[in-house]
Amino acid sequence: MAMSRDEIFKEVRDLLVDALGVDDDEVTAEATLMGDLGAESIDFLDIVFRLEKAFGIKIPREELFPAENLLNNPEFVNNGKLTEKGLTELKNKMPYTDFTAFEKDPDINKLGDFFTVNTIVNYVENKLGSDE
Amino acid sequence: MRWIWIDKFVEFHSGERAVAVKNVTLAEEHLHDHFPGFPVMPETLCIEAMAQTSGILVGEARNFDEKVILAKVKKAVFVDYVKPGDTIKIEAKIESIAPEAASTSGKITCDGKLIAEIDLMFSHIDQNLAGKEFPEENFVFTDTFKSLLRGVVLNGTSSGAPESEQG
Repeated sequence: MAMSRDEIFKEVRDLLVDALGVDDDEVTAEATLMGDLGAESIDFLDIVFRLEKAFGIKIPREELFPAENLLNNPEFVNNGKLTEKGLTELKNKMPYTDFTAFEKDPDINKLGDFFTVNTIVNYVENKLGSDE
Repeated sequence: MRWIWIDKFVEFHSGERAVAVKNVTLAEEHLHDHFPGFPVMPETLCIEAMAQTSGILVGEARNFDEKVILAKVKKAVFVDYVKPGDTIKIEAKIESIAPEAASTSGKITCDGKLIAEIDLMFSHIDQNLAGKEFPEENFVFTDTFKSLLRGVVLNGTSSGAPESEQG
């Protein structure tokens, strides 16, 4: 049976409450994982494992949180900003995210803002949809 | 030298689950201060026992090629004390394992009675923290550490012996 977006959100919220030790009312759709919810790098792996279990999906490395590889590649980053090539790569890897505002000043420090609770819900929704 | 905080494995199912035991004794001096007149095993050291049990289980699953480091205590709930003279049983299970990390669940019991539930996350550090370099040799799984598996796991001591540490 297909899950509604609301059901996916609730499942994601519960799993983030456990993974990050936050209250459920902090986990809003717009909350950023690092800024608002205090996630660190190991938490992202924890979240990936929990998502795989909760939704019975397989999440390939870098598919959900692709920024890490990007940032370590000098072709994609110059002087703390994403290059044209880096931006293209980012958009390819995160097709569900709107980068219009970011493109004007692609400061890599602002990249964390794109990993919101919604990013995860979108990803799972797409993943569940494409499996059927 | 590595600090070993479990006594032996009594069960070992590669890549799945393992059971270790530890005998707790009043000869452990920290028990004299924790607490004076009421010696109980510190809960942090229960987590250490679980980290060693789970960590070896995770390491063995990749033939001790990875440097397995405790990265996160996901859950640690304690329901009873461990006292001198107790033999605790530490049961660990791999929940998920990926190239860069693993997640485990586990419980500690004493005479069949639940002491704690402890879930952990381990990082395979060479696969993470891109750009940082670590020593070539596997400083996590030394010979002494692997000796715990002697008699329980066939390849526990025969494979992947460090080449650089001798001499």
